[in-house]
Amino acid sequence: MIEFVDVHKAFGPKQVLRGFSLTVEEGETLSLVGFSGAGKSVALKHVVGLLKPDRGTVRVDGQDVPSLGRKELYELRRRVGYVFQFAALFDSLTVGENIAMGLRRQGTMDERQIRERVAEALALVELEGFEDRYPPELSGGQRKRAGLARAIAFRPKYLLYDEPTSGLDPVTTTVIDRLILKMKRELGVTSLVITHDMHSAYRISDRIAMLYEGRVLQIGTPEEIRATTHPIVRGFVEGEPELIEAAEQGEAA
Amino acid sequence: MERSAGSSVPVGVRVIGRLGAAVIDAVAGLGRFGMFVVETVRALPDVRTWGPHVVAQMRRLGVDSLPIALFLAVFTGIVLSLQASYTITGTIPLYFVGALAGKSMILELGPVLTGLALSGRVGANIASELGTMRVSEQIDALETLAYNPHAYLVVPRVLATTAMFPILVIFANLVGIAAALVTAVHLLDMSVQEFLRGLRLFYVPFDVSYALIKATSFGLVIALVSTYQGFTTAGGAEGVGRNTTRAVVVSGMLILALDAYWAVVLL
Repeated sequence: MIEFVDVHKAFGPKQVLRGFSLTVEEGETLSLVGFSGAGKSVALKHVVGLLKPDRGTVRVDGQDVPSLGRKELYELRRRVGYVFQFAALFDSLTVGENIAMGLRRQGTMDERQIRERVAEALALVELEGFEDRYPPELSGGQRKRAGLARAIAFRPKYLLYDEPTSGLDPVTTTVIDRLILKMKRELGVTSLVITHDMHSAYRISDRIAMLYEGRVLQIGTPEEIRATTHPIVRGFVEGEPELIEAAEQGEAA
Repeated sequence: MERSAGSSVPVGVRVIGRLGAAVIDAVAGLGRFGMFVVETVRALPDVRTWGPHVVAQMRRLGVDSLPIALFLAVFTGIVLSLQASYTITGTIPLYFVGALAGKSMILELGPVLTGLALSGRVGANIASELGTMRVSEQIDALETLAYNPHAYLVVPRVLATTAMFPILVIFANLVGIAAALVTAVHLLDMSVQEFLRGLRLFYVPFDVSYALIKATSFGLVIALVSTYQGFTTAGGAEGVGRNTTRAVVVSGMLILALDAYWAVVLL
């Protein structure tokens, strides 16, 4: 289970998270939606200790992430796969070497086992035979899939997706969404997905939470979010800025 | 007191405020750099991570820099020989050309010119590579794969640059002096023996140690400043360009400051 408890985070004078609390239950896929710049990726980075909260805490399996030492943090990161927005593949390494990096770090497999695991991860994301390609030779969708293969190669318990479908065409978006569902079905992972694509969120999520002004504004099943009467959430999911402006003006008044 | 329109804060107070903010920024920056160096030192025991990358970095940052270092040394040697002759002709014997050219090359121009030239090549290379990795989240990705990025990226570059700089300077000095000798023989009508007599005249083994101490410190400074600038890059392509420029400028300034420091301390 991943828990955000009253997380506050600021960068200089800009307060990004203001009392952000959220729990991702075992085995579920939870999508965190919100406007660009709302702090979704900032929240995600707290789960693996890439950022530390100014106040509040984040717990993974009951472990208090901000207070972990370097060694314990690395142990935690072996249980959490992170799929970056632009894949963050190492350009100087082949796709196979990118995926093998995390496995080599664990030090529990010999080279033959690593090769097999790399091939297995690539097969899961439908990129069989891409081991020797370099990242610049891949399309946007293929890069995202290679990034996903790297994240799942060491069979993590949790998967964190940072905008997995941003910048992709609708067909490739559907392919990635299906892969996220496949990861849950075949690997049983618990997933936290950052997205601003509501079609995608409806397809893949058990629950959807909306982040607004640094905290969760509403959380519910896709059906509940689709039927929401909250004006800001409705404005966001339906892409109606007038609804949001009216709601904000109402709050200000 | 003078006041600007629309503001109730006196200009003098605002100037002092800005100066204070700049001082605080500078001190905070030094503190962050200090923490970066501490993190790098703490990553040294992680040999399993940095060990496999040192030789590749020595080749990339050191061996591949040899042509530019030697190119500079050749022309520096030629100019040194001719300027020495111009300075001493008619006053002291011409074989002093060897002494002046050798001493200047070993003590000053070999290490400093090589350092300045390579702060551009090596510094820009390191800062832009790590800066690009930072803005494209590759450094974060390393962290999530349980790698210490200081051990994986910083330590190999710092060790490689620090180790290769003295070697580059030795080659630059040898080639520079050889170029000065060839110039003296062909353009100044000196014999090889005359030039070598001058070269030996004031030579002491400490000269070489002095040059190597300087070169090692220059290599260390270039690598630390450039890796730090790369690591702290933010703001996309513009940020990469800004921090790369800063790496080259700060490295160059620190080389000149260190040059003066070693002269004061060791000479």
